[in-house]
Formats: sequence, C-alpha cells, structure tokens
Amino acid sequence: MVTPAAKRPGIATVPLLAPAVLLLLVWMIVPLAMTLWFSLERYNLLNPAVRGFAGLNNYRFLLRDPTLPSVLFTTVMLVLAVLVLTIGFGTVFAALFAREFRGRNVARLLMVTPFFVMPTVSALIWKNLFMHPVNGFFAAIARGLGLPVIDWFGTLPLTSIVLIVAWEWLPFAFLIFLTALQSLDEEQIEAARLDGAGALAIFFFIQLPHLGRAISVVVMMETIFLLAIFAEIYVTTAGGPGIATTNLPFLIYQRALLAFNVGGASAAGVIAIVLANVMAAFLVRTIARRLDV
Amino acid sequence: MKARLATLLAWLIALLNVFPLVWMGLASFKTEVDAVHTPPLFVFTPTLENYRAIFALQDYTSYALNSIVISLGATLITVLIAIPAAFTMAFYPGPRTRSLLLWMLSTKMLPAVGVLVPIYLLCRDAGLLDTRTALIIVYVLSNLPIAVWMLFTFFRETPRDIIEASRIDGAGVGETILLVLLPLVLPGIASTALLLIILCWNEAFWILNLTAHNAAPLTAFIASFSAPQGLFWARLSAASVLAIVPILVFGWVSQRQLVRGLTFGAVK
Repeated sequence: MVTPAAKRPGIATVPLLAPAVLLLLVWMIVPLAMTLWFSLERYNLLNPAVRGFAGLNNYRFLLRDPTLPSVLFTTVMLVLAVLVLTIGFGTVFAALFAREFRGRNVARLLMVTPFFVMPTVSALIWKNLFMHPVNGFFAAIARGLGLPVIDWFGTLPLTSIVLIVAWEWLPFAFLIFLTALQSLDEEQIEAARLDGAGALAIFFFIQLPHLGRAISVVVMMETIFLLAIFAEIYVTTAGGPGIATTNLPFLIYQRALLAFNVGGASAAGVIAIVLANVMAAFLVRTIARRLDV
Repeated sequence: MKARLATLLAWLIALLNVFPLVWMGLASFKTEVDAVHTPPLFVFTPTLENYRAIFALQDYTSYALNSIVISLGATLITVLIAIPAAFTMAFYPGPRTRSLLLWMLSTKMLPAVGVLVPIYLLCRDAGLLDTRTALIIVYVLSNLPIAVWMLFTFFRETPRDIIEASRIDGAGVGETILLVLLPLVLPGIASTALLLIILCWNEAFWILNLTAHNAAPLTAFIASFSAPQGLFWARLSAASVLAIVPILVFGWVSQRQLVRGLTFGAVK
C-alpha cells in the first residue's frame, strides 16, 4: 500500500542534520581561513613579537626558494611512481584473482593485509629487515645470487620510499579492481574463451576496458592520499639525504614545527591545498555522476 | 593445466605479498643476534624475550591504552553524530541532500598538512597539545564524512516502507531509529565502525605532530624505534606485531565493505 504523501508523518530534518553539518562547516572554514590569513603574515613562533601583515612575501619567498623545485618534483614523482606500480600490478593481480580457485578467499585476504598495517611499522620493517645494506634480506639474496648489494636508502632513497608506499597501497587498488571485475559478466569471458581468446587477450580486450571507471577512482583517491605521504618519510629518511626525499608535507612540517615559521609553512600549506583540490574536483564529479538521491 | 598454473601463481603472489609481515613475525621470536644474522635464519631457537621486554617497558601500557581510548572514543562519537544525519538523508531526502552529501565528501579532500599550522596553534592555545582529546576531536571531524557516506549507503538498502510504517504507527524519530532501523542495519554500522577504528588506529600524521609523550599511541611508539641507537630488530618486530595484530583482525572482518567506504559508493 502506498501512503499518500500528505499523510506521511513529517520529520524535522534540521536537528538531525545540524550536528554533522555544523561540525564539518567549522572544520572546513576555520582552519582554512586561518591558513590563508597566516600565509599573508610575518609570523615566527620563535619571535612572536615581530608579527604583522606581510602581503605576498611568504609566497614570494617560497617561490624563490631553491629547494622548491626539488620538493615539488619529489612530491609528484612519489605520487606518479606509486600510481604506476599499484595500478599496473593491481590490474594484473586482480585479473588473476577474478576466477574461482582453491583457497581464493584466504589468498585474497593475504593480498589485502598490508593495507591494515600502520605506516610506521611498514616503513621501519622494510627499511631495516629488508633494505638494510648489510644485514637486510635483499642484501642476502643479492649476495646469494652473486649480484652487487644495493644500499637502498643510501643510493636510492626515493625509490625505496616508493617501493614501501606501493606495497602499502597495492591492496587498495587490487581490492577495488577485483570488486569491479566481479561485476563483469561471466558469460562474456566464457564466450571469448570459446572463440579462442587467450588469457592475455581476455585481459586486454575485456577486463581492462571494463576497469576504466575503477582505475579513474583509484587514481584520484590514491593521489589525494599520496600527496599527503608523511609518516613513511618521517621514520625512514627524515627528508634526506639532503632534501632528496622531502615532499611538500614534510617541507611544511619542517617549516612549521622545526623552524616555527608559521607564515612560510602556511603559504606552502595553501599550495598543498590547491594541489589536492584540483584532484578532488575530478573525484567529486566522478562520484556525483554515480549518486542518485 | 593452465588453470592450475594460474592458481599456483596467484598463491605465490599472495604469499610473497605478506612475506614481509611473516618475516617480521619470525624476527620477533629471535634473539637480537639471530635477527641480524647473515645469511638470514629460517630455523632458530625461538624466544619470548622480546615480548617480555616490551611488556616490561613502563610506557608500553600507556601507548596501547592511548591507541585504544583514542580509536574507540573517536569512532563512537563519529558514529553517534553520523547516524542521525545519514538517517535523514537516506529516508527523508530533500532537494539539497545531494549537494550536502557531495559537500561533505569534499571536506574530506582537504589535505591535513594544509591545515597543520592552524590546528597546531589552536591546540596549543587551548592547552590540548599532547592530549587524547585533541586527537579524538581531529579524528571525529576528519572521519565524519566517511561515516556519513558509508552509513548512508547502508541505510538506503533498507526498505523505506518499514521506516514509514513505524512512523505512521506513532513511533517518534528516536524510537524509529533505535528500535526499527538499528536492528536492521547493525551489520552496516559495525563495518563502518570497524573501518573508522582501523583509520584511527593507523593514523600517523596528526599523532606525530600533535603528541609528544602523554597522549602518544602505538604509532608513535613504533616511530620511536627510528632513532639509530634504538635499532633492535627483534624488539622492533615484537613491538610491531603487538601494534598491528588487533587491527589486522578487524581489517580481515571488514575488508569486503572497505571498497564501499573508501570509494564513497563509486565502485560497488
């Protein structure tokens, strides 16, 4: 029975929505406004007496900073390299796991597990137990095979961090791709197989095209998180050697909490917000298309 | 034959993928000498010495307790605020519901590092630096959009007629949520809560920036092993095992709902 709209008991939606909406409103506006304001101020916590409006000086100073190109390069490379690795391996592994096989649920659980490990643990275990140039597992393998031993964090610091972060985020990409592949029509694959298509042809011509949307979601979600990578750098290289692994979040942390330069850190913060928002705009649009309220 | 090969390959990849964690688990039962032995030791005399040493640390209980209090506290508050909002949007959508949902999502896109300075200064001025309260507040606010979205998608799967029938029968909004809706969507609420607990438990950015000692949870305890003089691999491994095991269990239980929670319904 359909109740006529007029007879439906109404509901006061405002008090139910208000707590969540107001909290988020404050959370969004207050810190953002403060960051913008600080970025226009001359303000150092070590010398708070000298404080005043500085116009665009913080931005000018930041843009002229000789380390900025390297920091932006590191930030973008970290995102791009991890995206390529997680999406590349993620699609292939998901295709491998899309069919039924013995113990699939357990194997799938093992694939997803690294995602639940806290970043400080992942980074330190990889750095020490695996990538250590003398006692690490990789060094032992290299010696066993007669290959030169790589001093991972000494000579390839950014690559090392990329590998660790990729290991952490592969499960995310894998799980989303697997979920998407399972909505693929079984019969389509069966038909292709009967027509003589091999596993590779099925992957490239049926499964991969079907993943288009999932890939774009993974790119956008991961980008937002990867632009903010911090803990892995904090516990392994502290941004070094030199500034080889300093990305934007780490630079802001150094400026704000090590140099106490509120104005400079805020200007860098505004840049980080702009970068993230470019990605976010795409993401919100993609999700909006799917949302029917 | 081909299928068997693919199965073998899948299993090999899965095992390689968790090998770092297995190796860490093994190292946690080694002596420090065995842990750095070259070539690596697969066979050794296991010892519980590392675990004993961690538990004997006066601070360990404080770290673990902070992790538990912050994760559970933040999750409970987040869910309590999110349920009424998700309820309203799922069952009584208005003309602005859609934009409200998308706006909530967009607040999640604000990078934490962009607002580090103001949050740090606000906490300092309020005397909240290095307190659990500060972290709970930050986690509630930053996870609220995820909670509202995830609950919203679960609530929408509940037939609307049930809610309306209960309202027509004279139940108030509170009664409807508590007595009619909750029992139906309990699994959805549980997986939302699990995801939130995982996110809080593993969070590191705010922990490393807003806590020093009093409120520091396990993430910070592990980070303290990064000092060069503190590099005891076996002990680091034991501490790591203790820090991740409880949350792994939660992760395994909730992994199927994970996609829904982290992609805001864009992939189902």
